[in-house]
Amino acid sequence: MMSAFAQAVLNGIMNGALLAVPAVGFTMIFAVLRYPNFAIAAYISTGALAGWVANTWLGVGALPALVVAFAAAGLVGVAVEEAALARLRPSGALTVAIASIAANLVVENMLRFGFGNDLRGYDLPLRPDFRIAGLRIGPQAVETFLLAAVVMAVLFLFLRFARLGRAMRAVADNPDLARLKGISPRRVAMVAVFLGAGLAGGGGVLLGLDTAIDPLTGYRVLLSVFAAAVLGGLGSIPGAVVGALSIGLAEEVAMLAIPATYRSAIGFAAILLILTFRPRGLLGERAV
Amino acid sequence: MLSYILFTLTLGGIYALLSLSLNLIWGGAGMVNLGLAGFFAVGAYASALVTGAGAPLVIGWGAAIVVGLAAGLLVTFCTLRLRDDYLAIVTLGFAEVVRLVALNERWLTRGADGISGIQAPLKAELGTAGFNLFYLGLVAAVVAVVWFGLRRLDLSPYGRALRAIREDQELASFAGKRVLRFKFEAFALSAAIAALAGALYAHYASYVSPDHFQPLITIYIFLGVTAGGVGRPLGALIGGYAVVAFLEATRFMAALMPGLSPLQHAALREIMVGLALILVLHLRPQGLLPERIPPAPRVP
Repeated sequence: MMSAFAQAVLNGIMNGALLAVPAVGFTMIFAVLRYPNFAIAAYISTGALAGWVANTWLGVGALPALVVAFAAAGLVGVAVEEAALARLRPSGALTVAIASIAANLVVENMLRFGFGNDLRGYDLPLRPDFRIAGLRIGPQAVETFLLAAVVMAVLFLFLRFARLGRAMRAVADNPDLARLKGISPRRVAMVAVFLGAGLAGGGGVLLGLDTAIDPLTGYRVLLSVFAAAVLGGLGSIPGAVVGALSIGLAEEVAMLAIPATYRSAIGFAAILLILTFRPRGLLGERAV
Repeated sequence: MLSYILFTLTLGGIYALLSLSLNLIWGGAGMVNLGLAGFFAVGAYASALVTGAGAPLVIGWGAAIVVGLAAGLLVTFCTLRLRDDYLAIVTLGFAEVVRLVALNERWLTRGADGISGIQAPLKAELGTAGFNLFYLGLVAAVVAVVWFGLRRLDLSPYGRALRAIREDQELASFAGKRVLRFKFEAFALSAAIAALAGALYAHYASYVSPDHFQPLITIYIFLGVTAGGVGRPLGALIGGYAVVAFLEATRFMAALMPGLSPLQHAALREIMVGLALILVLHLRPQGLLPERIPPAPRVP
């Protein structure tokens, strides 16, 4: 029993690291543009399939596939934003959110049109699991975890030190003040969307390394991603990481007690709990 | 051909009810419900189960309304004090949980197999063709009653207060309106209407399964309400019928493209739905029948 619990905790941390990447992407777009972008699901699937193409057609490894997926999903994200969402911003956050659902439907079905509904797996070498102190650890899971950690580290360095990254944080903090200081809101918005969608796409590859993927992969994890972002506080990037780890853990540990089919309900339960007791999330701003 | 037209019109009525439900909160109070399909499902299952246990139809519909009200209160309970984006996320989650329960609690919902043989009122007496005609009229009558009620609500002081909340929540609360209570009531009423639509659907199709309540339905209804006119019950009603007509039209448009697999057909249709919603939001966000805002009375 004890070892089952320890195994669940271990799997939970891995699972959480994987969720953190798209959750940060979602919360980043929210921080700068102040609307929940539901198209994040399609960006995750776009990245997962772009990485799959790079991996199985061109035969590249996990890291280059991740880069390809980041770029592909980021570009799709910017294209959708410019073509379908940007002009709706004056009508309010909810209108943009609804348009993003429509955009999600369009992109998702373009993927289905091209790739079909079949589940696809990445082409990866099979390696036996390690056993440490009675716990099973797959080498692939370790690699995925490390990749997620590297992505997060690069992102934090960018936000902390790069000029553009700091400009982004400034806009998220106070858009008017940032504009007065000569930061172009349009440019920052574009970079935020590129990075946010790109991170979602990167998350898609991590999912693909972990399990099989299809055009609905993103939609299936959408609730967990939202839960991570809400738990950490919408718009807070460190919050999204903490939230993702918590949701990842909760999902795996809960599976000890409830049937696996209810996995995606855990995220929903977590959202309800956090909104009832601490609506601004663990590390977030006020939510009222 | 006739039965196809009757079916489409009946489905249009059910979508019109869902559109009226969404319009009440979105057009009325500026709240969104991304889990409309979930409330629709809850009503369908509630009525199917209650009448399946031997209760008469009226009790089944009543049960659907009550369960819808309760679900609406549950969903809004912890989100209404917060910004509207949270409600959007929670309602989306609600629909997903409803789908999971419908899929997995086999003792209650019979899982993916669904519940078949749901009581169809007077079908034995009227025969299939007669039943289809009768049910079309029944649905249209319910739509008319709900539309009339919501229109009255819209014109009443209650409707004005809701719209004040939509425009400026703080100002409305300064004016002494109990904002939270208004939002609670409006959302619960809207959820109950969606559930009633579900009950109507269940007894028409005689069969419900989780597949009938895809999240896509919610997007269809958003398309209907935006195209028809947000904030005006008649607009939403027409939008509901129009969206069913549009969905049927995409079937023929997709068929014009030769050499596609059935899956690509389906994908193409959904792309058209998404594009249509984006286009309406860009080109005519006020819809076909824009909301009428009465001019302020002149000071004599």
